[in-house]
Amino acid sequence: MKKKAGENTLEKVVCETEVEIKNADGLHMRPAMQFVDIANRFDSDITVSNAETSVDGKSIMQISMLAATCGSKLKIRAEGPDAQQAVDALSELVEQKHFDEPVPGE
Amino acid sequence: MKFADFICFEATVAQLQTSSRDDVIKELVLSLEKAGKLGKGVSKDIARAIIKRENEASTGMGKGVAIPHVKHKSVKEVIGVVGLSGAGIDFLALDKQPVHSVILLISPEDDPDTHLITMEYIFKNLQQEMFRKFLRQCSEPEQVKDLLIEADEDTSL
Repeated sequence: MKKKAGENTLEKVVCETEVEIKNADGLHMRPAMQFVDIANRFDSDITVSNAETSVDGKSIMQISMLAATCGSKLKIRAEGPDAQQAVDALSELVEQKHFDEPVPGE
Repeated sequence: MKFADFICFEATVAQLQTSSRDDVIKELVLSLEKAGKLGKGVSKDIARAIIKRENEASTGMGKGVAIPHVKHKSVKEVIGVVGLSGAGIDFLALDKQPVHSVILLISPEDDPDTHLITMEYIFKNLQQEMFRKFLRQCSEPEQVKDLLIEADEDTSL
């Protein structure tokens, strides 16, 4: 749901964190879908970047373009009323849950 | 990574004869087998594995394209094939629209990084509206090859 212009504009916050991809297969299509799925639950704009490029965290095609292999680091940036919650949920998915996938050495 | 590195152009099906998702997958795997890209007797198992993967989550990413894929022990390097359907295929795509362009991919089991890099390359191109449009308009395998090689040579991406 979109907020009306002028409403709650003071709530606009920016939140950023760096995460490391730890599951062996990296950010392939299924994890990318989980990521986009969670990102779309939030009103905030979400961008994900690696060293070369920044993409829309709510687009499956763009997230797949990151080709984030195991061990690579990504920056997640959220901007909007629920930026903190969005960044928390996404970094939990990547770093704690590892997209419910196996991690090397486990 | 380039299309020419992994797409088997000889196996391109510019006008798919089948119209259901599972049949299209079988048709494309069979085409790769006919082109001599697959080991003996593995095509059925590969098709079954791709369909199983597809049942877990659709690779119909929206905008009329799908990238069904699987890791399979019988292949040593990533192999891809292009299939086009004028009529459209119900791929249970994310945007619920029919799929007209299919890039089917079979990757080795022990090389997740190459799989990701290949996917990145495919998506980088599929992101381009013009690329999607031109791909869909191809009616001969030769046109598909020309388009993909042209994309390979485009360094602006």
